[in-house]
Amino acid sequence: MKATVIVTLKPTVLDPQGMTIQRSVESMGLPEVADVRQGKYFDVNIADGVSSDRSKEIVQKLAKEVLTNPVIEEYRIVWESR
Amino acid sequence: MKFGVVIFPGSNCDHDCYYAVQTVIGKPVEFIWHQDTSLKGFDAVILPGGFSYGDYLRTGALAKFSPVMQSVKEFADKGGLVIGICNGFQILTESGLLPGALMRNVTRQYICKFLNISTETADSPFTNQMKKGQALRIPIGHGDGNYFADPETLKKLNNEDRVAFRYHGENPNGSLENIAGILNEGRNVLGMMPHPDRSSEAILGSTDGKLIFESMVNALTLT
Repeated sequence: MKATVIVTLKPTVLDPQGMTIQRSVESMGLPEVADVRQGKYFDVNIADGVSSDRSKEIVQKLAKEVLTNPVIEEYRIVWESR
Repeated sequence: MKFGVVIFPGSNCDHDCYYAVQTVIGKPVEFIWHQDTSLKGFDAVILPGGFSYGDYLRTGALAKFSPVMQSVKEFADKGGLVIGICNGFQILTESGLLPGALMRNVTRQYICKFLNISTETADSPFTNQMKKGQALRIPIGHGDGNYFADPETLKKLNNEDRVAFRYHGENPNGSLENIAGILNEGRNVLGMMPHPDRSSEAILGSTDGKLIFESMVNALTLT
């Protein structure tokens, strides 16, 4: 099973990197871009033979306890079956 | 009395801390490898600055899985003195030993320079040699020192007198309420972005950082 974990800063947290990108894009002539938020994503592959329930549990745990800092970030998981 | 300096893969201020304790303060100190699990015999543990695990994922995020960190947690729970400097502070927040998080500097730049911080409390094992309000000249060197915590946590830190240091005169990185260093509930864990290890000898430009190590020695002598 494959999953993509997308980690972004919470909406309430300032994102200086995203803001810089937005300002740069504005200066390249695209003032229509109102806002950019930077995040990261992780492709996670679970070994063959692991049940779907167990895979979900593992990816949830990974996303929550490792890939995200809950103080400033949140995550969402996109599932993809092979 | 024995100090320990933890070496993570990517630590680069480990020798500075070791030198400050051994040569400047004149107290016994040993290195602790990140795979060690025993802190027996140590009275104070220093998590030094650097780029543990290459700052991969998030600064300090992967160090919390080091075998030694479980021992550091237990050591701290029992009241042992733990100071995290720079990357060490980031490791302490990621490990849950201190609240909040250290985000990318608001300027997005790595900043390395001397600045002034004010001592916000003298009531801790790390600040007992200073007076409340005392200014320290001490350098920073970081890209992720922008302290963030939710309003409730900030309120708690203020109410419990757990802000140890604030940037004075300028806020270099965007930290909320100019926070440069905080204490845990038990007041035996300090995390700070500025480097006392880089300001303990006149030849380095300041000896103010020495006060922090001397406070620790004083606290350990009293116990």
